[in-house]
Amino acid sequence: MKNIIELQNISYSYHTLSGETIALKDISFGVKEGEFVAIVGPSGCGKSTLLSILARQLTPEGGSIRIENPDGSLKYPRIGYMLQRDHLLEWRSVYRNVTLGLEINHMMTPERLAHVDQLLEEYDLNKFRDKRPCELSGGMKQRAALIRTLALDPSVLLLDEPFSALDYQTRLTVSADICRLIRKTGKTMIIITHDLAEAISLADKIIILSKRPARVKAEMPIHLTLPDDSLLAARNAPEFPYYFNQLWEVLTSE
Amino acid sequence: MNSPISSPDTRQEEFLKKHRRNHRVICIWRFFLLVLFLGIWELCAQKGVIDSFFFSSPSMVFTLFLDKMKDGTLLHHIAVTIYETMISFLLVFLLSLICATLLWFSSGISSVLEPWLVVLNSLPKSALAPLFIVWLGTGQKTIIIAGISVAIFGSIISFYSGFQNCDPEKITMIYTLGGTRRDVFQRIVLPSSIPVLLSTTKVNIGLALVGVIIGEFLAAKQGLGYLIIYGSQVFQLNLVIMSIVILCIIAMVLYKSIQLIEHSIKKKMGI
Repeated sequence: MKNIIELQNISYSYHTLSGETIALKDISFGVKEGEFVAIVGPSGCGKSTLLSILARQLTPEGGSIRIENPDGSLKYPRIGYMLQRDHLLEWRSVYRNVTLGLEINHMMTPERLAHVDQLLEEYDLNKFRDKRPCELSGGMKQRAALIRTLALDPSVLLLDEPFSALDYQTRLTVSADICRLIRKTGKTMIIITHDLAEAISLADKIIILSKRPARVKAEMPIHLTLPDDSLLAARNAPEFPYYFNQLWEVLTSE
Repeated sequence: MNSPISSPDTRQEEFLKKHRRNHRVICIWRFFLLVLFLGIWELCAQKGVIDSFFFSSPSMVFTLFLDKMKDGTLLHHIAVTIYETMISFLLVFLLSLICATLLWFSSGISSVLEPWLVVLNSLPKSALAPLFIVWLGTGQKTIIIAGISVAIFGSIISFYSGFQNCDPEKITMIYTLGGTRRDVFQRIVLPSSIPVLLSTTKVNIGLALVGVIIGEFLAAKQGLGYLIIYGSQVFQLNLVIMSIVILCIIAMVLYKSIQLIEHSIKKKMGI
């Protein structure tokens, strides 16, 4: 399968009065359609900068990005972005939160809204649609944030440490749950995380970045034999410890 | 262990009872303080400890109040002051909302204007009132402008800093959904600043009243500020004190009504 996303020699620097900080240097990699890619690296290495560039919130200083639509058309591809926290707006009901993207893009069409209804039903949030976000549990909030992103029907989802605000126990189940839901949609996903176990359990491929200025240190494909179909199955796969050690070695080597 | 443990219901009830009792005691004390103050004042005036010509007395103030209510002039003065206060308060709210919005939309304008706003805000605004009289003459326009001038600069600064204090990640969220700067303002900045807008508004109503009274001191033929100045000039201290008491009540009522509005808006928004 060919790559839906292609990054070539991306570089980016931050400029302040005290000088220039190079965040990214010659980053190149590709992502196939429907693939789950995790990006790991030391904290502050520029992972979030990379994601912002992919989401076109920042323009790279060098290099090129090509993102294709799944149907091969070249019109601007839709990219969904999930941030570290759910950022549901307290003054809106759950329903008005998940339709926020449609509202902003003036796309409150019957088809889109039917899609939202279907997602609410599928993710067990329909009975909470008129509730305030504060009445939802941590997991349900993440699901609502996912619906808000999916409502715009993006072809690529970018997740920037999307579960880091949750406590450890919730995080284990929510991250597995959310990724399972995304996998069902068949969309391509790029996730940033500093949790190696999370990266191995969720991704098809891990891209390891060096410390700043970030370059690609290694790409590691992941193939796990799942013992069952429980949420935490990936963490019990026999290959899991092997990948973990290898990942650790690459990350810590100079 | 055989000690009787009361059920959660009765414990909750006890807690509520205790809370209500506490509240009642506090209310009684507050009222008692007022009565005590008025009583001592009245007594001192009657016994000649204080000269009631200068210090007046509660009974004299009350008699005057009844007289003035009967001939209808007092109601007119009160209405004038409240009207001027409300107009300057509403104008302050509108103008500072517009200015703060402009400042938020243009970082250039805001960085140029910020120090000037701070200077204008720390200036004692009553110093401007004589200028307004020269420029605009004596009349309601001058008084309303005096009312506005006291509150407006602080209000713009509070509104603007409220706008700036909203969660930058929520702003990013709007941009990632494909929103524009206008969407950010409309859907994040404005709604999340409502608590700040309301609390600033509560301060503004008091400041507007201060400005209006200053204006009436200098440039009015009606209103409570005028009554106070007139009373002091003709040594009618009863009139002065009565007007001050009425001002107290007006200030309290205005503050409380804004507070009620604040509560209902917050409840409606669920914040």
